[in-house]
Amino acid sequence: MTGTLRRLLALAGMPAGRVALSILLGALAVGFGVALMTTAGYLISRAAEHPPILSLTVTIVAVRFFALSRPIVRYLDRLVSHDLALRALGRIRARFYERIEPLAPAQLEGYRRGDLLTRMVGDVDALQGLYLRGLAPPLVALAVGSVCAGVMAAVLPAAAAILAAGLVIGGFAVPAVAWAAARAAGRRQAAVRGELTAELVELLRGAPELVAYGREEETIARVRVVDAELARLGRRDALVAGLADALSILVAGLTAAGVLAVAVASHDSGALDRVLVATLALLALSSFEGVAPLPAAARELGTTIASGGRVLELTDRVSAVRDPSDPLPAPPVPATVTLESVTARYGPREEPALSRVDLRLDPGRRVGLVGPSGAGKTTVTSLLLRFLDPEEGRVTIGGRDVRDYRQEDVRRTFALAGQEAHVFGSTIRENLRLARSAASDAELEAALGRARLGEWVASLLDGLDTPVGEEGLELSGGQRQRLVLARALLADAPVLVLDEPTAHLDPPTASRLMDDILDAAADKTVLLITHRPEGLERMDEIVTLDAGRVTAVPIAS
Amino acid sequence: MRLIDPRLLRRARAVRVLLAADVALGVLAALLVLAQAVLIARVAARAFGGAPLPEVTLPLVLLVAAAAGRGAAAWGFEAVGRRAATSVLSGLRLELVERRLRDRPAALDGAESGEVATAAVAGVDALETTFARYLPQVVLAAVVPLAVIVLVASIDLLSAGLMLLTLPLVPVFMWLVGRYTEGQTRKRWQALSLLSTHFLDVVRGLPTLRAFNRGEAQAERIAEVSDRYRRATMGTLRVAFLSGAVLELAATLGIALVAVTVGVRLVNGGIGFEAALTVLVLAPELYLPLRNLAAQFHARADGLAVAERLLDLIDTEPGAAPARGTPPSPGDVPVRLEGVSFAYPARPGEVLDSVDLELAPGETVALVGPSGGGKSTIASLLLRLAEPTEGRVAVGNADLADCDPAAWRAQIAWVPQQPTLFRGTVADNIRLGDAGAGDERVRAAAELAGADAFVLELPEAYETVVGDGGRPLSSGERRRIALARAFLRAAPLVILDEPTADLDAASAEAVGEAVSRLGEGRTVLLIAHRPELALRADRVVTLDGGRIVDLPTVEAA
Repeated sequence: MTGTLRRLLALAGMPAGRVALSILLGALAVGFGVALMTTAGYLISRAAEHPPILSLTVTIVAVRFFALSRPIVRYLDRLVSHDLALRALGRIRARFYERIEPLAPAQLEGYRRGDLLTRMVGDVDALQGLYLRGLAPPLVALAVGSVCAGVMAAVLPAAAAILAAGLVIGGFAVPAVAWAAARAAGRRQAAVRGELTAELVELLRGAPELVAYGREEETIARVRVVDAELARLGRRDALVAGLADALSILVAGLTAAGVLAVAVASHDSGALDRVLVATLALLALSSFEGVAPLPAAARELGTTIASGGRVLELTDRVSAVRDPSDPLPAPPVPATVTLESVTARYGPREEPALSRVDLRLDPGRRVGLVGPSGAGKTTVTSLLLRFLDPEEGRVTIGGRDVRDYRQEDVRRTFALAGQEAHVFGSTIRENLRLARSAASDAELEAALGRARLGEWVASLLDGLDTPVGEEGLELSGGQRQRLVLARALLADAPVLVLDEPTAHLDPPTASRLMDDILDAAADKTVLLITHRPEGLERMDEIVTLDAGRVTAVPIAS
Repeated sequence: MRLIDPRLLRRARAVRVLLAADVALGVLAALLVLAQAVLIARVAARAFGGAPLPEVTLPLVLLVAAAAGRGAAAWGFEAVGRRAATSVLSGLRLELVERRLRDRPAALDGAESGEVATAAVAGVDALETTFARYLPQVVLAAVVPLAVIVLVASIDLLSAGLMLLTLPLVPVFMWLVGRYTEGQTRKRWQALSLLSTHFLDVVRGLPTLRAFNRGEAQAERIAEVSDRYRRATMGTLRVAFLSGAVLELAATLGIALVAVTVGVRLVNGGIGFEAALTVLVLAPELYLPLRNLAAQFHARADGLAVAERLLDLIDTEPGAAPARGTPPSPGDVPVRLEGVSFAYPARPGEVLDSVDLELAPGETVALVGPSGGGKSTIASLLLRLAEPTEGRVAVGNADLADCDPAAWRAQIAWVPQQPTLFRGTVADNIRLGDAGAGDERVRAAAELAGADAFVLELPEAYETVVGDGGRPLSSGERRRIALARAFLRAAPLVILDEPTADLDAASAEAVGEAVSRLGEGRTVLLIAHRPELALRADRVVTLDGGRIVDLPTVEAA
């Protein structure tokens, strides 16, 4: 657990100077609060001896100083610490991205489902609390606690021992209890929570079918049983959860009473000035402000570290695809692209996604790759773009193994369009410029025109600056495909890879789209990956893939 | 600012019990706060007067008891709050489940059902924070300051007046909270979710970015967006934290004012030492509950958001009590839509507009037309998953609205557009059609649906676990299992919604043959995109824009 914490802090890479400043401000804020109560206690005790009023001036000034500076220092502390937390989050995001970038998509296969990706990003965001709740409170508590105990030791060592013991119990033991209680409850409830979540997901998604097949009462009864079990566990764990808070208050009270008792006894024996009895009691009482947030911090830190562990598990993965030490110059254009007896799999324990597959794309040829879903069609795309290296056999461009080129040069040979091409939640312009960042408006419009989207974009109020919505949801299915086609054309690569361009489109739209795509790509090599008939009649050759194998001999059509 | 959603208060008895318990504990905690201050002052004052330890033993013991009592009250808050959260969420969960299955069996999509299920189970954490931390603070903030002021006034009226001098700062605080914290914080969260959306979008689109060699360039963009967000957030925080600073200032100023004036009056003999010390120890308690409340403010929003998410799904018009009439069999009499219109309450425009359609016994009718034309809505109306807004559905002479829905649905076999596989074995999934069917009949139904062959190739054949977390199946395989359900059902009316969508030609042909077999001797409504599937029907009806349009049907129809 401390290992995870240390590595997460390294990932966050917070500048030591800023951390020190933040801790200093945090400690001063708490310290000024303690000092305010202590000097106020001293002032009153001293005043009770009826001294000349002028002799109190310094103490009065101190009380006023602490009262006025405490809110200011606290305000600055909160600003500096939140700024630091946000900086750390930004850095963690960027680092996380850099680490997983070379892994996508082949080595993130398990994360293709949208909800898992969302959870992964949520885990990264949860690390925002790492500094604010994980690092700062214990360090501030340590600094303030040491100074308080030190000051008391200078006045009355026996009382200081009690205070130190109280602070250690309140600062370590009680948070540990809170941590353990939260973890034990989490562990007890995890299985039932998972079970209930799964039941609910299924029920919410499949409600119409359950009703249509008359299973509603049976399902309700089953959910009730799991729900009752979770509620029972929850109610039982509720009793343990409050323990830490109760202990925290009890320890503070006991410490104050103990310090007071020692002070009274010491005064009785003449070892302590009577002015200091109330002063020390107030010092003991207020010095617990630093440790008070720690039990809650320990609980939250537990979840933050769990998130962090999952993030680290991903960033630890190493990309299997690497550039050669002595790469060939960029492949010739145009060039023949081949898969030669390729076997590929996503992990050592997985079934092969492709087995001894051959495929040949000569310049200007149009090849259709068909087959049922799950047959390994998308794996072909991953191999061509070198997201994945073959286990056996080789992928070549211009007769040379793609592993001898730089990855960047390999990818420049291909332009990707179709369902697998992502539309980003920005504007039409930004989506197009991915393919060529320096493209002028005229070039963008030309590409849109070739994709038969020019008139539509021209008719939009904001033209190229029109937002397309998250994942292009503001566009129709056909417009979305035309947009990614325009992007692929703009990339001006010799080989156009169309991965399921007609998925989710109705047949008339699909036919029109395929005609326009193939017209626009007249001068290119085309690989059309599809499970639908549209466009296949215009292919020079059709290869059928099933369960990772080529099942039909390539037929020239 | 509503303390708690009235809809929640209305339904959850646990919440009312909790509120009562919180108020009781709050009063107890307030009394103990007062007792602690009085006791500390008494011990210190006695010692100041020269009393030895044995003479202050009783107040010291009482001090320890007061601390224990405060700890117990804190424990009570936590335990009661958490138990209430558990009960409330359990109640909402069950209500949601019953509502989805009994009154409104509409399906949520995969992402939304996951999100709702997570809120309904893991949301207990957020709700616990609201109930166990925020609500108790509300009670304490109402009770403790009042008790402090009353006690201080009874000891020393002048000090009570001084404390009240800082009161004008409280409206300033409230104004800042209202003006900035609510509004600006909402904006801040929007910014946060926007940033998360950007990050998620980039991570989702990683393969596309890499395909265009733009993967590495995005790391800078992430850092840049994070930094922009940080600066914007800090801008709001600078103002939002002011409210906390103002409250803090009120607290420290109150302490300083009291300490200095009381000190000066002590010198002049205007007040006794014990009274002065009591007032000082009480001074910080005046604003402490309010400060804690401000710190817990986010807890309220988080927890209530969970409850509201569920309440919004639950709080729709409850359905009328189901009719009890026995429906005639669609195998004997025709099923007719008579002038049926349908519109979703929340969406403008009609999905169906005066549709007349008759399904004669034994007839197979294909329903074709563009997507969004209302085809699936007709299926929902026939299944009584929705009710027509105008017109009626009749079976023979009976109005479907007068018939017992469960008895009616028992006569229908339905294969939805996207069938759900429930967690369980393949055999269990097929048995949804008829819970009592033996292995023989399950197998026979699978054979008729063209599923037997691929099921036997699964690792444990019919005992293979499928559904969430089980073995993934392709959409064609899922559809054939759903078809097997329909075969097993042996119902006189069959509704098939796009049974061949997203299937390759060979699978579509196999499913088409299964559909023909299923239609023998049954009434079938076949919703279809593909012309080759519609050819299997006795009659083709075209639905466009919610109306039946008469098109010259295909020759072979």
